[in-house]
Amino acid sequence: MSEQSKGDLSLVALTKSFATFTAVHPLDLTIPQGSFFALLGPSGCGKTTTLRMIAGLEEPTGGRIRIGDSDITETKAYQRNVNTVFQSYALFPHMSVLDNVMFGLRRRGDKDAKAKANEVLELVQLGQVANKKPTQLSGGMQQRVALARALVNRPDVLLLDEPLGALDLKLRRQMQIELKRIQQEVGLTFIHVTHDQEEAMTMADSIAVMNAGRMEQLGDPATLYEQPRSTFVANFLGQSNLLRARVNPGGTDEMVTVRAHDVDLEVSREHLPDGVGDVWLGVRPEKLRLGESGGPNHLRGIVRDVSFSGVATQYSVEMPWGQELIVIQQNDGSNRATLGEAVTVSWAAQHGFALDASQDAEAGAELVDDHG
Amino acid sequence: MSWIKRHLITFAAIAVLIYMLVPNVIVAAFSFNDPKGKYNYNFNEFSTAAWTNPCGAQGICESLGLSLQIGVIASLAATALGTMIAFALGRYRFRGRSATNLLIFMPMATPEVVMGSSLLTLFLMLGVPSGRTAILIAHIMFCVSFVVVAVKARVATLDPKLEEAAADLGANPTQTFMRVTLPLAAPGIAAGALLAFSLSFDDYIITNFNASPSSITFPMYVWGASARGVPVQVYVIGTVMFLLALIVVMTGQLISSRRNRQVA
Repeated sequence: MSEQSKGDLSLVALTKSFATFTAVHPLDLTIPQGSFFALLGPSGCGKTTTLRMIAGLEEPTGGRIRIGDSDITETKAYQRNVNTVFQSYALFPHMSVLDNVMFGLRRRGDKDAKAKANEVLELVQLGQVANKKPTQLSGGMQQRVALARALVNRPDVLLLDEPLGALDLKLRRQMQIELKRIQQEVGLTFIHVTHDQEEAMTMADSIAVMNAGRMEQLGDPATLYEQPRSTFVANFLGQSNLLRARVNPGGTDEMVTVRAHDVDLEVSREHLPDGVGDVWLGVRPEKLRLGESGGPNHLRGIVRDVSFSGVATQYSVEMPWGQELIVIQQNDGSNRATLGEAVTVSWAAQHGFALDASQDAEAGAELVDDHG
Repeated sequence: MSWIKRHLITFAAIAVLIYMLVPNVIVAAFSFNDPKGKYNYNFNEFSTAAWTNPCGAQGICESLGLSLQIGVIASLAATALGTMIAFALGRYRFRGRSATNLLIFMPMATPEVVMGSSLLTLFLMLGVPSGRTAILIAHIMFCVSFVVVAVKARVATLDPKLEEAAADLGANPTQTFMRVTLPLAAPGIAAGALLAFSLSFDDYIITNFNASPSSITFPMYVWGASARGVPVQVYVIGTVMFLLALIVVMTGQLISSRRNRQVA
């Protein structure tokens, strides 16, 4: 397929304020052409408002939106070469699937509308239902019609507003892979708004995590997960064990020691923000091991809960100061522990990360299962 | 005994249907009567005379023509106005919206006798002569309310996201309205138009207040004739109107049931 996208999408100090609150604080973001980008955050974090401003469905109160060299801030939705896959799909119920897909092309007077529409319907594997009405199709099929209807216009930017939210888990997994395949095949810029961190990590090349109208962190999924820069990101993307600690003076170029509850622990210097003394020392549950690992980082505690889930077992280990650490062990036959057993929990220094302790340790944790 | 118990609802339904349809059946039956004397109250002899000569009674077809004309113009005008009002009320927030919402019901709530006489007063004051124009203005006025109610119900169920989707796909506001909004609101608009037509066609009280001797509508003709004996042709026209209404309703049912079958 040919490619004529005009360049990167850039948001410059993009802002949306309402009478009583600010939905999006000045946001600066550049999304490279052809990338699969995710805007991730809990409901009400401003991600959908940002998306709607890019689509032209919401007017920004400040800032600019550019695609390549052209400033589209002042243009109307119907003048923008940007298309949206709506959360509710918003398929036209009075038109056939084919007419839905041709809608955008016809508005531009495209002579090959029908051929192009049929081609895209093949791409999303819906060629056989072209003449049906959307209401005759299943949710998953409607979702693909909505995608085809947007894709067929070859927009500079394709926006996806929680596109998989209405599908059941199995179908959602399937569509995640499908969407990623289609994006790679057509090479368009996709911006995917979601509250599902797993979905964002599975699909996106890079993710902007948003919270309360601000961008918390921008990066590729692995960096966000391994090196979160805020407690919100640490808790919202997966689980984190956060230990209150104080940075000890000294240390080497690679390693720093911190003191948590009278135990000295090591953390990579590059995972420590500059100029902070009090920190949250974070370790992901799957990075923790039961038993000694020979490294410097180990804590002793008592197993208070064991839950077996097939591939892994999750333990809750109570520390002497009352905090419970979550440990996830692969079921590889090693190091089983039983309820009430005294165990040692250990981890490698490079698996820890330190965050400024002035933040709320629970930020983002309660929002993970939020759907909306 | 238990068989009767089980089908009690069916019997009740049939009884109600008979109760509702008997008048129509009587009208249809008596349209084939050849009455003895001037009153068409007893079935005398089967005849198709009235059916083969529906304009046989003096003035009947002129009054029917006038009623149809007024009905069509009034329902078209009321539908256009009512649809615009319904969209304004359903889609936008503006000062006086709730007041408009309330006032739109006034013509439906006002007794027709009161409305007819007050309209006559108004027309006399303004110097609008009684007759066809006065009747039209009055009919459009009371039909608008019904159209607004019918269309507003439909507009309320329209998903605003569909219009956003149309704009997102490059349709300007006019195209969005013509290709998405209007087709989706069409059932409500059609229902409003049909309701307006039958209200206008049927109206006697308000019409009577504002009519002139040269503007005798069909209901006025029938009323006038009833003193002297209703001609059989009135029964013929009544039957035809009933059948037309039946065809319209059944066609609508057919279309929607076909749509539903596709969905299932």
